[in-house]
Amino acid sequence: MLNIKNLHVKLEEEDKQILKGVNLSLEPGKVHAIMGPNGSGKSTLSYVLSGKGGYEVTDGTAQLEGVDILDMEAEERAAAGLFLAFQYPVEIPGVGNMTFLRTAVNAQRKLRGEEEMSAGEFLKVVRAKAKDLKIDAEMLKRPVNVGFSGGEKKRNEILQMAMLEPKMCILDETDSGLDVDAMKLVAQGVNALRDDKRTFLVITHYQRLLDHIKPDVVHIMANGRIIKTGGPELALEVENNGYADLLEETA
Amino acid sequence: MAASSQNTSSSRALRDAQLIDSSGAWAKQARTAASERAQAAGLPQRRDEYWKYTRPDAFVQADVTLQSSLRKSLEIFHQRTTVLVTFEDGKIQSSALPSAAHCTLESLASASSLDLHWARDIYGRLEAAGQTPVQRSLAAVNTAVAREGLMLNVTGAVAAPIHIHATSSGQTDAIIHNVIQVAAGAEVTLIETGQYGARTNSVLEVDVADGGRFHHIRVQDGDERHLLTHIFGKIGAEATFKSFTLTAGGQLTRNECVLQLLGDDASVSVAGACLGDGRFHHDDTVFITHDAVNCESRQVFKKVLRNGAVGVFQGKILVKAGAQKTDGYQISQSLLLDDDSQFLAKPELEIYADDVACSHGSTSGAIDAQALFYLRSRGVPEAQAVDLLTLSFVAEAIEEIDDANLAQDILDHLTETLSAR
Repeated sequence: MLNIKNLHVKLEEEDKQILKGVNLSLEPGKVHAIMGPNGSGKSTLSYVLSGKGGYEVTDGTAQLEGVDILDMEAEERAAAGLFLAFQYPVEIPGVGNMTFLRTAVNAQRKLRGEEEMSAGEFLKVVRAKAKDLKIDAEMLKRPVNVGFSGGEKKRNEILQMAMLEPKMCILDETDSGLDVDAMKLVAQGVNALRDDKRTFLVITHYQRLLDHIKPDVVHIMANGRIIKTGGPELALEVENNGYADLLEETA
Repeated sequence: MAASSQNTSSSRALRDAQLIDSSGAWAKQARTAASERAQAAGLPQRRDEYWKYTRPDAFVQADVTLQSSLRKSLEIFHQRTTVLVTFEDGKIQSSALPSAAHCTLESLASASSLDLHWARDIYGRLEAAGQTPVQRSLAAVNTAVAREGLMLNVTGAVAAPIHIHATSSGQTDAIIHNVIQVAAGAEVTLIETGQYGARTNSVLEVDVADGGRFHHIRVQDGDERHLLTHIFGKIGAEATFKSFTLTAGGQLTRNECVLQLLGDDASVSVAGACLGDGRFHHDDTVFITHDAVNCESRQVFKKVLRNGAVGVFQGKILVKAGAQKTDGYQISQSLLLDDDSQFLAKPELEIYADDVACSHGSTSGAIDAQALFYLRSRGVPEAQAVDLLTLSFVAEAIEEIDDANLAQDILDHLTETLSAR
């Protein structure tokens, strides 16, 4: 699904190398988790893959289903099936959540040369999906993320994911700022989207989230590289021993 | 200084002898007094502090050289039932004046031919009261020479909005003077769309008696046109006055609004949203005087500017001694979509009472990069994402409109305007 080879990335504004040769191969239908200490480059990886400005790719490639995405605009990547659930979803006053969702769904369809979703069909689909995430009609009407609690914001991210039906989902610290109940609800939403084609890359600091979203593969990232790859047991190891041992191992 | 008659055209003369001769008693008096006010004040000069950010030349010069036309009918409020009043080339279509329950509609021409008319207590009176501490001589000129306007007397709750729609062609120089009286406990909504002329000097005087409610929604489109509007409002106890203006076109616009809160517990709101692109200069000049206890006033202005467009805001809250428990709010913000555009703001507070809450703020900024990325990451192309963030930016001003349907119409019109450019 997503193949990242030797990805080197620096900040555009300053001479600071963040990613120093990341290699990742994510197969269809699998859930990969990336864990790592602060400043290891996890969030940068998610931003570079989804097309945020301010970064310069100095080497390497990233391909989504065999197509290079690094030269594409953010919206083109989205239309190609990439989705990033933000660590800090942005508030957009004055734009209704529903309007925003419909704009996004139809913009992607248009970019793909597909027919737009009718208002009626859209309403039906969004209501059903919102219900599963315990998002009520009021929340759909409110401006995007304005006055939402941390949990509501993250649920709203998952609702967008459910509506946009991406092939490749990147979740950037989706567990941050969530209490246990909210985390369960979000995890349920993610698990409901799992199938044998859709791929997930779950970025997290803590093993906690991975109790609810069971990964197939766990990667440890440090200092701009993937330093270790293993099964779910690797996450438990980190939980028990911290990153220090792993960092020493590879130093 | 007094302006000589040589530098003004007949249409801009400070005194129209023929008009005064044909006026009824009350109008003769009002026009003569205004003519004297205008001559004493003189026409605005570039060096006037009050005209520091907007050159008065275009409003003062003798001839209109603009080729501007707005013939097409704007269909912004077409889904709403309104009481339609039309102006063509600066002239009210009085033969087609509609009627509606709880109000009377007349033309200025017919009202001013009478010796006695209710308008005598308002026409030129509110304008004159608004001449201090700053002289607004072009408003006095308007009072002196205007021949066209709507006189609206509201005696109860008027169900449908009164809708003025103006169309013009060629080099029309329009001087329009509308007067509205809202009786105690009465309520009306006034909608204004279209343009009176290629160059327009308009005055709207509104007297809202105790407990009355006045809502004003205005859309200023147009191409080259130059537009100078004045609102003079007198607001009684427990009364409400709300005015919202959307400006989405026109080369030069100056909207002045002068309100006097004279009764306790009243509430006023003056809001504006503008979209400026290229040759576009837009000035909001507001002066709100609190002269009663426990009144609330809000000024909310949002300007989105690009390709060298210029936005101006001069807003003042004056709280007189004794106007305790005043709650004043003033915000003026611009969204600059490029480095060529500019926003000039002069927010002012002058407070002589000691138990008041007044807040004000003014900001200028670019599109929020994080928000733009958020939208694009959801598949929304950049141009469309900028439009959405533009709508988001002006939303606070539109939210000042009480009627949700009319607010939605404004939002739809904005969305359409954005997607068309």
